[in-house]
Amino acid sequence: MTAFLTIIVIALLGITFWQMSKILKLSKTQTVEDNGVATDKDNKVQAYIMIGFTIFLYVLMFYSFWNYSHFYLPEAASAHGPGYDQLMFISIAIIMFVQVITQFLLHFFAIKYKGEKSNRALFFADNDKLEFIWTIIPVFVLAGLIIYGLFTWSDIMYVEEDEDTLVVEIYAYQFGWKARYSGEDKVLGKANVRFIEGVNTVGIDPSDQYAMDDKVTTELHLPVDRPVLFKFRSQDILHSAYFPFFRAQMNVVPGMITQFGFTPTITSEEMRNSEYMVEKVHELNQIRKERSKELVANGDVALEPYEFEYYLLCNKICGVSHFNMQMKIVVESEEEYNTWLAEQATFAETIKDKEE
Amino acid sequence: MSDLAHHIDAHDDHHDDHGHHHKETFITKYIFSQDHKMIAKQYLITGLLMGVIGILMSVLFRMQLAWPEQSFEIFKIFLGERFAPDGVMSPDAYLALVTIHGTIMVFFVLTAGLSGTFSNLLIPLQIGARDMASGFLNMVSYWLFFISSVIMVISLFVESGPASAGWTIYPPLSALPEAIPGSGLGMTLWLVSMAFFIAQSLLGSLNYIVTVINLRTKGMSMTRLPLTIWAFFVTAIIGVVSFPVLLSAALMLIMDRSFGTSFFLSDIYLKGEVLAHQGGSPVLFEHLFWFLGHPEVYIVILPAMGLVSEVMATNSRKPIFGYRAMVLSILAIAFLSTIVWGHHMFVSGMNPFLGSVFTFTTLLIAIPSAVKAFNWITTLWKGNIQMNPGMLFSIGFVSTFITGGLTGIILGDSTLDINVHDTYFVIAHFHLVMGISALYGLFAGVYHWYPKMFGRMLNKNLGYVHFWVTAIGAYGVFFPMHFIGMAGLPRRYYTNTAFPYFDDLADVNVLITVFAIITALVQLVFLYNFISSIFFGKKATQNPWNSTTLEWTTPVEHIHGNWPGPIPSVYRWPYDYSKLNKDETDYVLAGQDYIPQTMPLQDNEEELHH
Repeated sequence: MTAFLTIIVIALLGITFWQMSKILKLSKTQTVEDNGVATDKDNKVQAYIMIGFTIFLYVLMFYSFWNYSHFYLPEAASAHGPGYDQLMFISIAIIMFVQVITQFLLHFFAIKYKGEKSNRALFFADNDKLEFIWTIIPVFVLAGLIIYGLFTWSDIMYVEEDEDTLVVEIYAYQFGWKARYSGEDKVLGKANVRFIEGVNTVGIDPSDQYAMDDKVTTELHLPVDRPVLFKFRSQDILHSAYFPFFRAQMNVVPGMITQFGFTPTITSEEMRNSEYMVEKVHELNQIRKERSKELVANGDVALEPYEFEYYLLCNKICGVSHFNMQMKIVVESEEEYNTWLAEQATFAETIKDKEE
Repeated sequence: MSDLAHHIDAHDDHHDDHGHHHKETFITKYIFSQDHKMIAKQYLITGLLMGVIGILMSVLFRMQLAWPEQSFEIFKIFLGERFAPDGVMSPDAYLALVTIHGTIMVFFVLTAGLSGTFSNLLIPLQIGARDMASGFLNMVSYWLFFISSVIMVISLFVESGPASAGWTIYPPLSALPEAIPGSGLGMTLWLVSMAFFIAQSLLGSLNYIVTVINLRTKGMSMTRLPLTIWAFFVTAIIGVVSFPVLLSAALMLIMDRSFGTSFFLSDIYLKGEVLAHQGGSPVLFEHLFWFLGHPEVYIVILPAMGLVSEVMATNSRKPIFGYRAMVLSILAIAFLSTIVWGHHMFVSGMNPFLGSVFTFTTLLIAIPSAVKAFNWITTLWKGNIQMNPGMLFSIGFVSTFITGGLTGIILGDSTLDINVHDTYFVIAHFHLVMGISALYGLFAGVYHWYPKMFGRMLNKNLGYVHFWVTAIGAYGVFFPMHFIGMAGLPRRYYTNTAFPYFDDLADVNVLITVFAIITALVQLVFLYNFISSIFFGKKATQNPWNSTTLEWTTPVEHIHGNWPGPIPSVYRWPYDYSKLNKDETDYVLAGQDYIPQTMPLQDNEEELHH
């Protein structure tokens, strides 16, 4: 489809060039008149081209929404997510409404009032009433959006920590992520990059009693429907922990601890089996198969079929492998989560293994 | 007061003229010129050359994004074996290209190339002054810009590569060569180049402010200034307020890099070693950077708005609608622009309460911006629109400004920013609203004032080709880009193939790149037109667009001091287009639909206060 559109675009551009060169030729024959200023004929021709351009613009907008809006992320997998999506939907609806009207007026006026020698422009310099109206309408619309947005913002950002909240540290480094769970005592041990040594890769303070049962993992597992508070720590430079499926993001800053909390509501399994994802993955695998054919023909290894997993990715430029700094996220039932966590080695075990 | 200034000025210039006519050599006329018109041309041509580099870079990295890790002959030519082994672009090269593309386009093309060119050209000509307040400082300002450009270009040839930490150069990445090769000598040169750039911007801005305040001709009150001058004037003020902060950030970064201080660095473990830096905060750098960085986008867009307002009124043969509202909105935008920088930092780890405050101030900016857009549209209504290329670019400007500006409502909302922050949605937004729009403003200005600069006309048909292909291409590049941003695709990724989830975006990326290449190629038409018209263009008449402002009362041939006789006085505002006489039988000046600012009030017209 895209290839088809590309061809249409190129063809249209070709026609444009051809028309333009024709105009160029025509205008060259009457060089006497051409002093570089638009004539009535130019005004007319340009207005016609503008009709074409306006159609192009609306077709492009329509085409993009029609064909590309399915790229939009699936339903939010976090408790605050639907609120986010709703605000996004309302904002897009408002701006597209304004966009469609203003672009129409702009181009319509430009086309309708194309210049002619015999025409006279209207001397229309001020109109306080009109200007008042189009100042006050944005004021009210924006006030609504601001207030709505700020309520949502405080709901998301001011996290109340209680008994039930799972606190997980997300640790970023060039170029990967680690997660640290607090273990039995529900307290994360102290940590600083100065403690990094050998197997102690995230710099846990070995003298801190709370640290002994901490568990460092390379995958992030989360129990469904339980609030999680992430504490972010960076080993080297700025990174950004971006959880697109959960509508969550926070920069990871060396020298300070940042935080973000959300409650995952859809398990990996449920997301994988959702109608949206089944279709999407099918389509992706179709594309991968096509691409594999090419690769195999060139003597490369074929791409593996894709299976959906949540991921966390880095969204702040952090160096040459920035584009591949990711961590798998698994959202699962409380039991599955507990089973998985029990299998992970505690910090005490990790250092002991090393000593032996 | 202005009367007095005018007299003194006229008196001084008489002496000046006398001296200069005899001893003007090639060097004083074309190289170390103190004439604002020549300096404007120097700014423009340097800016365009930098623009060629910047746009070429974008084509190169767009090719990598569309056809990841494929070998291209063109990469071998421009990047060489070090950055494109076997013609495949390396990740460092990619990051360097996006970094320098951003730096060049924002600072060198759209700040110096746009504001530098037209502030220099139009301020003295449109306010009725012989030259800038200080011709010498003006010359120094251009040459600092030149040095800055040369250093930036030299940094491209450094062995470890040019700066590649993104144009926002956030430390610690930009501070530590161990973190990325581009943060070595390349980054040092970047900082030195920017220091020169800031110096030139300050000298230029101070000059513009002083000139506008002091050297207006008799009758040219502030409310009779063309909107171009208002825009340049206010832009210069924002520049003076915010650029020094970038300099301080750059100095602190230089100290962190070279002298072991820890303004921005703390608790860092890199390449198996803990660094000694302790106690700094990268968030501080973000605050300092965006304290300039955000006003900077208005430094870029306000002059474009001024140029567009002027071109649009002239070519609609109508007064700009709501002159007072236009001036007030420029002032409001300028004021607000200095208190919204935090909207770049909603997820930086700063206190969420600050996020709320910045959301509030940010969305307020939409109000004056909306007023401006509506006023431009109303200016077209019932006009007698002359479709000159400059006018088309002005209409294009309003179109892209609206499209790009509207998505600002999403990004300025702290909540919505969470999930689209640093994705391609942002790229689409700011390229439309400040990149493409400001470029359209630049082109509108070049097409409109080319006759004033070079005494010849640009070929209008080539101008039409240039506009339409650019207009289609720019939307083709940036409209679909919103959608890949909504898919959660981060910016500054060398390739998206590490995430199979993004595989279905590949086709859109190809489409975007095809549009980008077409758009870049058609700029060659403009370059050809620009260069060939300098020599072979049709000779311009004194006032080709039938415009009211003062610059069109000067002779076509440039002379030092702008007007051969005394400086003309001004009797009216600059937008008396199609004004009718009292009986509404004809225009005030029979058969002529514009009244120059130098024309005293006629008996058959009503005096209006705008």
